Amino acid sequence: MNYVIIGNSTAAVGCIEGIRKVDTKGNITVISDEPHHTYGRPLISYMLLGKTDEEHMKYRPDDFYEKNNVKTILGKKAVKIDKESKSVEIDDGSVVEYDKLLVATGSRPFVPPMAGLDSVEKVFNFMTLDDAHSLEKAIDSDCKVLVIGAGLIGLKCVEGIVDKVKSVQVVDLANRILPSILDEKGSALVQSFLEKEKGIEFTLNDSVAEFKNNTATLKSGKTINFDVLVVAVGVRPNTELISEIGGDVQRGIVVTSKSETSLEDIYAAGDCTVSHNIATDEDQIIAILPNAYLQGEAAGVNMAGGDKSFDNPVPMNAIGFFDYHIITAGAYVGDTYVAGDGQNYKCLFTSDGVLKGFIVIGDVAKAGIYTALVRNKTPLSEVDFELIKDNPQLMAMAKSYRDEKLGGTL
Amino acid sequence: MKKVWVNEEWCLGCHLCEYNCAYANSGITDMVKALKGKKINPRIRIEESDSINFAVQCRHCDDPICVKSCISGALSQNDGLITIDQSKCVGCFTCVMACPYGCIMPSDDGPMQKCELCTKNGTEPLCVKGCPNNAIVFEER
Repeated sequence: MNYVIIGNSTAAVGCIEGIRKVDTKGNITVISDEPHHTYGRPLISYMLLGKTDEEHMKYRPDDFYEKNNVKTILGKKAVKIDKESKSVEIDDGSVVEYDKLLVATGSRPFVPPMAGLDSVEKVFNFMTLDDAHSLEKAIDSDCKVLVIGAGLIGLKCVEGIVDKVKSVQVVDLANRILPSILDEKGSALVQSFLEKEKGIEFTLNDSVAEFKNNTATLKSGKTINFDVLVVAVGVRPNTELISEIGGDVQRGIVVTSKSETSLEDIYAAGDCTVSHNIATDEDQIIAILPNAYLQGEAAGVNMAGGDKSFDNPVPMNAIGFFDYHIITAGAYVGDTYVAGDGQNYKCLFTSDGVLKGFIVIGDVAKAGIYTALVRNKTPLSEVDFELIKDNPQLMAMAKSYRDEKLGGTL
Repeated sequence: MKKVWVNEEWCLGCHLCEYNCAYANSGITDMVKALKGKKINPRIRIEESDSINFAVQCRHCDDPICVKSCISGALSQNDGLITIDQSKCVGCFTCVMACPYGCIMPSDDGPMQKCELCTKNGTEPLCVKGCPNNAIVFEER
């Protein structure tokens, strides 16, 4: 059996580990345009922060490929899939044949058309290890940085560089920061923290009308001078390999809970795919690392002839800035329970008798107990909600649950 | 695999397991020196109420969502045992987001910590050895 994986990040590793649970012998080939050993992509901001380095960022040990008998083709791009001959064409002209194929191509930065962007000398994205190295080389303590985008990527980039540069300004079209994971109160709290602690300046409800060399003129008329520009507006899934051969793509590659695409023997996983969010009952791209691993793992098991479904995707994020932590999951719909003070904030969302989603900021201890309620759609009738709304705890669970998980009387 | 199990009917909520855990993971041989005047940060934690008490620590899940969610590869599972390579952990809190039992928490030094069944301490789990009522046991089930 020949397994081919396009991509070398989280979903690819999940796939390799999934395949090897079922098939210890088949040939696995990994093709990636990035020339590196697999690394934890979200670690790039922590590398700039000095909390890790390239050696420690390796997502799996040095002997991972060897131990799993994986052939790697790195620094080369898969340019085309031929589903008739079941092969992948690589940009050096070579061809790799597959019996089962995984497309784990991730996403790429979206750079919206902005007038005069060509005149800016130092422009960076913040997606890859190479992006992070390039940015690191371009900044120094006299440098003024402008970041377009106050989302997860933009603000983690800010955290990574703010202590290395003179100033950081952030501009976003949205009216608040981190709008994909926070409600208005949460956004305001985190924004205020970043302003007070690190002097980061936010300009919201605004966007760039024009760049002229090192000056951005915003739609509001405000001008910002900068030395380095980071564009972190959003990402687009890399779906072309599938769409151009007729596979079903709706923004992302459409997959089943077994990670099958609409094409025979072709699977997909990770940020390039659409998942079914069980908290909202809607299809969407859930571009988070756990999702990528779980989809990749399910793909691997199924490619090798096993049977595995990943059937409870929900958005869930842990993000922090300078030891101020945020954990969120699920959907923000239904009734709310709100608690907090100036530093900590909690909002629980309940609907249809289950915890649909939550936001916790500051004190995030044991938040995974909330995440599990969301992911498992645990009926709140089985939980002491009065107890658990104050603090996540197993005391609030049914005794039968505790007995099963923790021990009980034999 | 042998795991630590708690019988909540027998747990007195005495917190001795928490002290033994802190001692076992302190790297100091003298228990008094390890604990005196220190605020402990154990990997096993007691939950208590008026009528029920029980100790909770890593369940070493068969399908560990913490390991699968870890962004750095710091968490891994070998022969059932889930361990953390603290040199790789950046303290992103994704495992705190993921663990259904609330059993991963920051260490005093920054990276996350969790129960590793005392495998790095050269002993059987000390929480079990020191439990005065045999409410915590270390066994295969």
